[in-house]
Amino acid sequence: MRHAPQQNNLARRAFLSQSAGGLGSVALGSLLGSGLVHPATAATSGVSTGAAEASPAIWPGVIKAYHVPPKAKRVIWLYMAGGMSHLDTFDYKQKLAELNGQPMPESFTRGQQIAQLQGQALKCFAPQHAFNRVGQSGQNISEIFPEIASRIADRIAIVRSMHTEAINHDPAHTFMNTGSMISGRPAAGSWLWYGLGSEAHDLPGFVVMVSTGKFGQSQPIASRQWHSGLLASRFQGVEFRSKGDPVLYVAPPAGTSLGRQRDVVDAVARLDTMRGDVVNDPEIAARLAQYELAFKMQSSVPDLVDLSDESQSTLDLYGTKGGDGSFAANCLLARRLAERGVRFIQLYHRDWDHHGSVKDHIKGTASEVDRGAAALIEDLARRGMLDETLVVFGTEFGRTPMAQGNGRDHHMKAFSIWLAGGGIKGGVTYGATDELGYGVVENPVTVHDLHATLLHLLGIDHTTLTIRAQGRNFRLTDVHGHVITDLLV
Amino acid sequence: MSCETSFSVRCLKKLLTINVCRFCVQAIGGIVVLAAGDGLRTLSAAQPPAKTIHFDRDIRPIFSENCFACHGPDAGKRQADLRLDTSTGATADREGVRAVVAGNPQASELFTRIHSTDDSVVMPPPESNKSLTTAQKKILEQWIAQGAVYEGHWAYETLERPEVPAGAAHPVDCFIAARLAAEGLPAESAADRVTLARRVSIDLTGLPPEPVEIDAFIADSSPDAYERLVDRLLASPHHAERMTVWWLDLVRYGDSVGYHGDQEITMWPYRDWVINAFAANMPFDRFTQEQLAGDLLPNATQDQKIAAAYNRMNQMSAEGGGQDKEYHAKYASDRVRATSGVWLGSTLGCAECHDHKFDPFTARDFYTFAAFFADVAEKGIYNGAGNFDGWGEMMRVPTPEQVVQQAEIKKRVAELKAFGESDPPELIAEREAWIAAESARLALPAVAASPQLPDSVQAALLLAVDSRTDAHKQDLRKHHRTISAVAKAWQAELVKLETALTALTNAQPNMVATVSGAPRVVRVLPRGNWMDDSGEIVTAATPAFLPVVQRVASTEKETAPSGSPPSGQQLSRLDLAAWMTSRENPLVPRVLANRFWALCFGQGLSRRLDDHGAQGESPSHPELLEWLACELRDGDWNMRRLLRTIVTSEAYKRSSNVSALHMERDPENRLFARQSRYRIDAEMVRDAALSTSGLLTRQIGGPSVKPYQPDGYWDYLNFPKRSYQADVGSNLYRRGLYVHWQRQYLHPAMLVFDAPSREECTARRPRSNTPLQALVLLNDPEFVEAARALAEKTLAEGGSDSLARSRFMLRRVLGRVPIDAEVGVLADLAERHLQAFAGDVEAAKKMISVGASPVPQGILPTELAAWISAARTVLNLHETYTRN
Repeated sequence: MRHAPQQNNLARRAFLSQSAGGLGSVALGSLLGSGLVHPATAATSGVSTGAAEASPAIWPGVIKAYHVPPKAKRVIWLYMAGGMSHLDTFDYKQKLAELNGQPMPESFTRGQQIAQLQGQALKCFAPQHAFNRVGQSGQNISEIFPEIASRIADRIAIVRSMHTEAINHDPAHTFMNTGSMISGRPAAGSWLWYGLGSEAHDLPGFVVMVSTGKFGQSQPIASRQWHSGLLASRFQGVEFRSKGDPVLYVAPPAGTSLGRQRDVVDAVARLDTMRGDVVNDPEIAARLAQYELAFKMQSSVPDLVDLSDESQSTLDLYGTKGGDGSFAANCLLARRLAERGVRFIQLYHRDWDHHGSVKDHIKGTASEVDRGAAALIEDLARRGMLDETLVVFGTEFGRTPMAQGNGRDHHMKAFSIWLAGGGIKGGVTYGATDELGYGVVENPVTVHDLHATLLHLLGIDHTTLTIRAQGRNFRLTDVHGHVITDLLV
Repeated sequence: MSCETSFSVRCLKKLLTINVCRFCVQAIGGIVVLAAGDGLRTLSAAQPPAKTIHFDRDIRPIFSENCFACHGPDAGKRQADLRLDTSTGATADREGVRAVVAGNPQASELFTRIHSTDDSVVMPPPESNKSLTTAQKKILEQWIAQGAVYEGHWAYETLERPEVPAGAAHPVDCFIAARLAAEGLPAESAADRVTLARRVSIDLTGLPPEPVEIDAFIADSSPDAYERLVDRLLASPHHAERMTVWWLDLVRYGDSVGYHGDQEITMWPYRDWVINAFAANMPFDRFTQEQLAGDLLPNATQDQKIAAAYNRMNQMSAEGGGQDKEYHAKYASDRVRATSGVWLGSTLGCAECHDHKFDPFTARDFYTFAAFFADVAEKGIYNGAGNFDGWGEMMRVPTPEQVVQQAEIKKRVAELKAFGESDPPELIAEREAWIAAESARLALPAVAASPQLPDSVQAALLLAVDSRTDAHKQDLRKHHRTISAVAKAWQAELVKLETALTALTNAQPNMVATVSGAPRVVRVLPRGNWMDDSGEIVTAATPAFLPVVQRVASTEKETAPSGSPPSGQQLSRLDLAAWMTSRENPLVPRVLANRFWALCFGQGLSRRLDDHGAQGESPSHPELLEWLACELRDGDWNMRRLLRTIVTSEAYKRSSNVSALHMERDPENRLFARQSRYRIDAEMVRDAALSTSGLLTRQIGGPSVKPYQPDGYWDYLNFPKRSYQADVGSNLYRRGLYVHWQRQYLHPAMLVFDAPSREECTARRPRSNTPLQALVLLNDPEFVEAARALAEKTLAEGGSDSLARSRFMLRRVLGRVPIDAEVGVLADLAERHLQAFAGDVEAAKKMISVGASPVPQGILPTELAAWISAARTVLNLHETYTRN
């Protein structure tokens, strides 16, 4: 039987709130009339009559109006997985060099949690590489990052006062990505996709790429790190792979041309539509929209990873020809994803766990990411995209000022990251650690603060973006988090 | 205790019969906004405002959302020492000011505060980002005016059997009909028989029915045809499989440890135990007891010990640098979150760092609950990396055949060893012969002393038989043994058998096991901080505000000959199990009944399947939920009977079509005037494709299986690095239930259809709709191969022309007879692709070769490929994966 559009609209609201676990009701009331209309809403509202509202093919985001003026449209998160030593990269400690080989003063370590150095004599271990003052800003950066130092030092804000709550990789990653060590909370990228939707119409709103280096012990990365957790699985990060299908199952089966695949999708649409006329199920239209999107992805994804339209100078800038699964290739793909409107792009480089031979190994690992990261910033800047893209260069924790043989152990009391792009001051250093780089002594920044700042730059009040589950409202920042306003333009 | 004041006020039963729904709603900007009583937002839009306000239904949700965080159960965060969750707290005289003055809103400070326009006075305060709607303020005012009566929370009240209202033949329908009558909403008509058969098959077995089963049901005109269909489905082993999927989500079953290296573990015997328990319709109290404490039962059987592996279902870590103490704390809270979620539908996990913000669970409750599991022997950090047997206490699980084999081998080994001690006849005979021969040989004049024989033996041999002393005989016996062919044969057999026994043992699953040991000390951890040893040491206890646990299990425990139950007077997991299903426990039967309802309607009577607390949702039909819960509790915890009760109601059998009236009045189907319609779960998506195509392997139980999976999907696992090896043969076509559950990298086809990672308890899966799902159904070789099997079957059985074949194919998958237009679409596709493939035979050959099953001979590749296109179409239809 047929129903008037008005009734259908009503029902769709109900379906929306049901199918997404109550998502639909979030924040609607409080945002109406505030005037900060979210452009994705404006863009889609004209076409979102029809059943698309039940499970819209292009998720418009639950936030209908920005809470604060947004400074960035998207995030590219370069994730140095394994625990990048702050002491050999962005946080030079002269005193540590002076005390090299001597016992670590107990005043620093007493009662503190320790990872693999449990029960061992703790000795100071000097910074393993020289640092240089670089750029007009005079940022102090290790010589193992020559490209970052020479090309983008004035564009980045170094944060030396990060600290975290987990001392081992798996929980620390989970905390860094979801704001909780308990499995099952949504990753930051899922939150953003859920909150703001995505401007990419034929690609997922949250894309993950992973590269693996040669100098560390390749700690595992769980797909939990890009899981949508309490949010519906449509907000899950989608991994773009360098081997096999770039997206799982994106290639039609053997013997099936795109034309014949189209025929199948068309036949599905015709049959579903016929049935829809009988049973009046708004989910059918929603499902057909997903098939269209899937079909588009069968071309858009290969197009994305096909670098033949990139100029030689661009390829030279990144130092890659693509297709090799390198961090640099992924950085170039990240730019291409950003151009296509993907909301959250996360690149893991899985090689920073330097328990031994930190001097050589961190130099090697740094060389694997240095050029790609610098190129990405420059490339975004020259295309006018850096101002609207927040780039995070981070890690899950730092490493001990104490030696573990000739390496360093995990360290959660202090580590360094840098930020660049939309809304971030360039050429500044924020926060400080003590003279041995053990603990934070100035402007401490928690993981929750980082998340709050990230959401803020994208126009979101981190206390407001919530999902009701398990009897309470959850948010990326749990019950914590402060925006680090000093970092903002 | 204040909790008592709060939760013992009034019997729920009384108020429920009086009320029909009259919720206030307010329209803002064309959107209907919920004012009170979550749920029937549009339904009651035209209803007059509530006459009688009830705390539990109308007020608690408002307080819980807006006030309890600062004025609720958590003493640590309470502001101004004011609590609104108890009558005493709300009405206390505070230097002449009372938050609530019963019967007098204007004299109540609460009333003044919520209406204030002064930011420094108004409640809730602006910085809380909370605010009350006008309607909510009005409801609060009315509640105070009516006497500000507090009531207990529905889920915590004593469970009492309600009267079944008159009006229908089936008790469930009596409750549903009474509410529909009150709302003036007519019920949908019954679903047609095809839809009904498909629905009940999917709900009860997770598999769509075979067309012949549908035909039989349609042809059966006897009045109890449907009941017999239900009974047949309930008796099917596939019913047990379906229920197991549901249970495994709750208990977070996985085939890997979850943390860090996510190494594989053997847990599937537990999964098979669950299947067997459902197949045997094990009562829920026993089901509970064996899982929580099977190892502590007297003379615990292997099955009971397997069931107790529930207690080791937590994630585990072998990450270098982790500290035992930290991970002991993680595992303890993991168990509290899971066990309170599974059985109590409660979020006790919220009380790890502080008293619960909304429910009367204290932080102490969290740790006393954790203490029930303190005896479960385990490590904090395991050294299991690369060693799949290194996860603490393990248990070999032989099959019954292996048990017999093992016993036989052991018996023979014992015999052989006994031969060593005794002097069996065959050995005596051999010895006598040897002595005779050797004596004779030595007696020959030509023979000199034999260098192989010790002197004493030679001397004995040279003596006459009668002259040999016992010592001589002993020497001969001993020496003979060293050269005996008979003894050598025994020895060889013994070695062989012992090797076989080792091999037999090693071939048995070695599963993670629950073994009771000396209980760990459990402290209240301030702010959940495992490094802080300042907290009180606690022993096992159930949450203080709920009925007290009786030590009913103590006698069993004290007589237990095996295992080492916790010492002395401490409560054990047996006591916890007994408490869960004791008559006094108000939560467990409600939680279970609600979840069973959700299995049959796609949503619970209370839709928050994971939280029956203050932040949950009052049930749409409170009395029905009470009645169902009583049916369980007072009906020997018979789960199958409860399911049968629900699915034999008229409400269950209704059409899921949505009329304009229902769309307008009850879009969310809170009144169950119709059935629900939704996408089936991930496992069932796979099962539907495999079963309708005829590929499904209907084997029950056994080790988890590995279907095709894209190369490289496990690349980021490490310690050790792993490459995925897909199964071969029939194991490729097993039900989704058996798919290897790698918690960090669940099979992508399961993941995209919302199967949970099972790191935590999952009471309700989301149902999303994504392009990745379409990519799986279109391109995953498993589904392409299923399409090939369906095409083959169609070509073999579906007639010779395109229309007949198309009709056959649609009927097989959808269950219903397709209309001509549908048949036409499919036939047209097949014919067009027949032409297309005729011009591209190589493509056709590739198309028919997807998947491991042998390429069929005797069918033209082009024809098969064309019908694969048709089959792929049918296996991508919305209806194929929709339960109507």
